[in-house]
Amino acid sequence: MREREFGPYGGRFVPETLIPALEELERAWIEAAADEAFTAELGELLRDYVGRPSPLYRARRLSERLGQDVYLKREDLNHTGAHKINNALGQTLLARRMGKRRIIAETGAGQHGVATATACALMDLECVVYMGAEDMRRQRPNVERMELLGARVESVEAGARTLKEAVSAAIRDWVANSGTTHYVIGSAVGPAPYPAMVRDLQRTIGDELREQVLTAVGRLPDRVIACVGGGSNSIGAFVPFALDADVELIGVEAAGEGVATGRHSAPLATGARGVLHGAFTAVLQDADGQVLEAHSISAGLDYPGAGPEHAWLRDEGRVSYVAVEDDAAVDAFKLLSRLEGIIPALEPSHALAWLLANPNPGGVDALVLSGRGDKDLAEVLAR
Amino acid sequence: MSATGAATGAERIAAAFAGHGKRAALMPYLMGGHPSKEESLAAGEAAVAAGADLIELGVPFSDPLADGPVIHAAGTAALEAGITPGDVLEICAALAPRVPVVLMVYANVVLADGPEAFAARAAAAGAAGLIVPDLPQDEADEVRAACDTAGLALVALVAPSSTPERVAAIGANARGFVYAVSLAGTTGERAELPPELSGLVERVRAATDLPVAVGFGISTAEQAATVGALADGVIVGSRVVRAAGEGGADAVGAVIGELAEALRRG
Repeated sequence: MREREFGPYGGRFVPETLIPALEELERAWIEAAADEAFTAELGELLRDYVGRPSPLYRARRLSERLGQDVYLKREDLNHTGAHKINNALGQTLLARRMGKRRIIAETGAGQHGVATATACALMDLECVVYMGAEDMRRQRPNVERMELLGARVESVEAGARTLKEAVSAAIRDWVANSGTTHYVIGSAVGPAPYPAMVRDLQRTIGDELREQVLTAVGRLPDRVIACVGGGSNSIGAFVPFALDADVELIGVEAAGEGVATGRHSAPLATGARGVLHGAFTAVLQDADGQVLEAHSISAGLDYPGAGPEHAWLRDEGRVSYVAVEDDAAVDAFKLLSRLEGIIPALEPSHALAWLLANPNPGGVDALVLSGRGDKDLAEVLAR
Repeated sequence: MSATGAATGAERIAAAFAGHGKRAALMPYLMGGHPSKEESLAAGEAAVAAGADLIELGVPFSDPLADGPVIHAAGTAALEAGITPGDVLEICAALAPRVPVVLMVYANVVLADGPEAFAARAAAAGAAGLIVPDLPQDEADEVRAACDTAGLALVALVAPSSTPERVAAIGANARGFVYAVSLAGTTGERAELPPELSGLVERVRAATDLPVAVGFGISTAEQAATVGALADGVIVGSRVVRAAGEGGADAVGAVIGELAEALRRG
């Protein structure tokens, strides 16, 4: 098997037309990341506009209930309410530096779309967001937010009319317009250099977390727990701990209605290897190589693939990937709201649910609360 | 010809490009299993009868990144009707005695069982080659080796954005023919041909001795004649798939007849 960026995983399985654009992007990213003016501007925006560093909060009543220390990394307190803004700001800043005046993005629940529309408003760039027609119906307030921010939301009618098709539609746009347009992909997925670039932009989560835990308890946590859809908040949290052999890393996928039903979003815990959206990675597929629809109550985890670096970390045994069903995630969503006065997004509610079922008595765990749950109220209250 | 007398895919493709008696070879694209398995086979037969020199036969895929709305919708309809790669290989087997069939298939379908297994199945169904639109030069070694072993030509694609270094490498590794993608974008009918097309064909010619066929955005007889004057082959996809959906084999035969006539006149 060919060596790629992440063992056998990663690569560029895209039409030839896009290869020069990906090569240009990789060069531009390497240059920008080494340019002090660029990193200083991004750092200033992350501090003054996003509100970083995000706090690390010792969840008092949750810790008491589980008989351990639980620290929540509060990405829900970022501007726009999730970790997505870290990546969207970095990529739009890079696009502006590359002279690309038009930005495209995909979105599922709308969090990445809102973050990208926000960054484009700030930087005065044209913004088009592809969103499945079904997701537009389910997430109307986020569609209205994006439009208020000046973005155009393109309805995608193909397939199940959700996130997978929105990514495909954005890639097709980019095939036609890569000369003028930058595609801000929302997770650590896609053709190289996206998985590594998104990881680099999200690792601020893990870098801060590591320092904050050390300050708070004087040692590293026993476990770092994060939810995994495409896997951007989790890869950002995990990577700074990769060489800390004593720190257990747990990625929590969505088991949907149950892994045994086949209606889930857990390609790492269950899936075969294949090509999705330009990368060789963990993919839900049938025996013929047709990509299957994912199922999860959480739109942000409702994706049939995961980033290629996760597939590699799984094979290497560095990260354990587990899956949590819809019902358990909803229970965790309600529990944190009552215990801590924090309404979490449904995505990190999966990570919380795993922790509730697998406590670490007397120990110290850190959990990435990747976003706030306001967007999920209707979904949860309807159950 | 090999020692056993059976021609390899590359040899059958070469013969089709050499013996068409037109300005350029005509290669229609049909979506396997669209609008039904029987009708797509009938459409292929009608295309051959009307003057197609090779057939590009699409394997429907769940996430066809290189395709525009017409071919995407045809593939989705075929999948919804239960068409599998195995069904498309049966259509291929029925057409292959009459015309070289090149399968247009996305990478994940080729890799699902391993490229060796897919190449062996395709060769057993009489396919002459594979076009894998999301398998650029950098990722192609394994699949090319599997195709070489099975006697299939892995057709390489060049785009207007390909750098001179990439065109040279693609040409050096090409099999059968080189597929020049006429424009930056997905498949689909366009009102105008891109103005820089002759330059693209010249750049590809300088990198290979194989025939150069042009596809994407060619739908009318006039466009086919223009491209036929530049290149060795003309690939027409969305227009033909649209005809198959609207009027079945008869409509496909009529479209191919018109395109073939334009290539003869020219």
